[in-house]
Amino acid sequence: MGKTILKVDNLKTKYITRYNEDVYAVNDVSLEVEEGKSLGIAGESGCGKSTLALSLMGYYFAPLHYVSGDIVIDGKNISSLEPDAVRQSVLGQEIAYIPQSAMNALNPTRKIINFIEDVVLAHEPNSDKKEIRQLAETRFELLGLPKSVLDHYPVELSGGMKQRTVIAISVFLSPKILIADEPSSALDVSSQKMVIKMLLDLMDRGLVKAMIFITHELPLLYNVTDDIMVMYAGQIVEKGTARQTVFDPLHPYSKGLMGSIIVPEAGVRNSKLSSIPGVPPNLKHPPQGCQFAERCKYVVEECKTHEISMRPAEGDRAYRCIFGEDVLRKAYNNG
Amino acid sequence: MADETCETCLSGTNLTKIYAFGKSRTVAVDNINFCFNAGQVISIVGESGSGKTTLAKMLLGLTNVTSGQIYFRGKPLDISTSKKRKEYWKSIQAIFQDPYSSYNIFTKIDDVLLDCIHLRGGRKVPKEEKIAMMEEACRFVNLKFAELTNKYPFELSGGQMQRLMIARVFLLKPKILLADEPTSMIDACSRASILEMLLKLRDEINMTLIFITHDIGLAYFISDEVYIMEHGKIVESGSADEVILNPKEAYTKRLINDVPKIYEPWDLSTVDYHL
Repeated sequence: MGKTILKVDNLKTKYITRYNEDVYAVNDVSLEVEEGKSLGIAGESGCGKSTLALSLMGYYFAPLHYVSGDIVIDGKNISSLEPDAVRQSVLGQEIAYIPQSAMNALNPTRKIINFIEDVVLAHEPNSDKKEIRQLAETRFELLGLPKSVLDHYPVELSGGMKQRTVIAISVFLSPKILIADEPSSALDVSSQKMVIKMLLDLMDRGLVKAMIFITHELPLLYNVTDDIMVMYAGQIVEKGTARQTVFDPLHPYSKGLMGSIIVPEAGVRNSKLSSIPGVPPNLKHPPQGCQFAERCKYVVEECKTHEISMRPAEGDRAYRCIFGEDVLRKAYNNG
Repeated sequence: MADETCETCLSGTNLTKIYAFGKSRTVAVDNINFCFNAGQVISIVGESGSGKTTLAKMLLGLTNVTSGQIYFRGKPLDISTSKKRKEYWKSIQAIFQDPYSSYNIFTKIDDVLLDCIHLRGGRKVPKEEKIAMMEEACRFVNLKFAELTNKYPFELSGGQMQRLMIARVFLLKPKILLADEPTSMIDACSRASILEMLLKLRDEINMTLIFITHDIGLAYFISDEVYIMEHGKIVESGSADEVILNPKEAYTKRLINDVPKIYEPWDLSTVDYHL
């Protein structure tokens, strides 16, 4: 067992719409990431993946509000901090975030070196700019980025290069945990591979101690992360190792997701894809009982009335369903 | 008009497109030859900047051809006047990458679908029949027409918009559908349903589907024939099984290597940062 870097207990956050309705986008999420491990979060658009990322960082700016639960990073509880205090002492040093579209994350009128100066000066206002430059050059070389990038404007870089630059800037202060939110979905396959290699390199070199990787691309998640969590309507519906979740999904929703995997390997062509019918529930008025009941093939009357909690399963995993694992596996085998 | 029985749906000889601006010249599509058979699913695969979209625009008649000739059903394609172009567009339709910018934001969904019926010459059809046709099209793509009336496209999600696009094609019944990265902005779950719908639509109205993508896994899943493009040239082509299971060109091999897989290990050691 490694040291626990991030521990989240029953985290609940909500959006307040302008008509004063509460939308619980992260609902009762608990997770734990150990040193040297990476955790993947999978799910459809709108299931709360990105909100979870923002919540983990303590980034509570309206309309996002904190409700309850604890976030502990390396022994330090950040859930009770004010957003501004979080920005000063947590972001960058404890936890770093890579947004989906690096193209829009950089101010076009500033050079790359300026962003790095900003990051360092925000945490240590008395640093020397020459020293920062030296540090930046060493760090960029270490990460396989040319030094000349430092003096370029963001528009002069290609998409993949920009994304890698953003990663290098986010981890400049060697944070304990890195959250990558769809870091490669706007890129083509070759740049995607470079970005992933860079993230794994960061872990190997110990520049970040643990990683949370958010994407809807399951083959990617399977190759990158140690554990996978599946999210649906703000809740975790399944937790397990990457191999367990991809090859032996328990929750009917995970099963549906795994049916949509497309890879260029023999036997895939003209095979039947399974897609999940229907749309996710409107979280303004969440249904009673199981959130997935409306779209589930194996639904019974009880699903719609009983609140369902996570239940443990064999092999140190957990899922949120009314049925036992044997019943589910049998149902999947029968189609 | 074109020959109805011609096996070849769309073909091109020595097709070239050069973008010129001042003294700089960019060869986007470089002297390519192709032949798409009717009723098949053809994928064009390549990285960003390989000329896939430029080829698509030329096939659609949205941009001029610098040199070479496109043949539509064996006859040279003539879209010199706007009347001829509109006639051609009855046979070829497109779905684009970004569903959010594919619609006129001032047009209601009813009118989007109604326009398609009118384009097929259904202007004089009684109103009830038009509604029945629209309902059928929506049912085909798993949307409920009753929930869409009096709504605007921006009230739908990205996946729903893209499905509405397919409903349009269902009503228009073109001979060719050109889909330019139709699923790259959509999550994996909706992507599966959209691919299934495109294949179902192909069988339903017997059209040729030209599918443009950078994801070779998608291309393998959906297509009968695959064309691999690199820097404006077609480097490899053939049936999907042939090209993707036994690739010959180094470029094709690299594209296949770059896609994360689940049954085989994903080799990250080949990554060269200094590309």
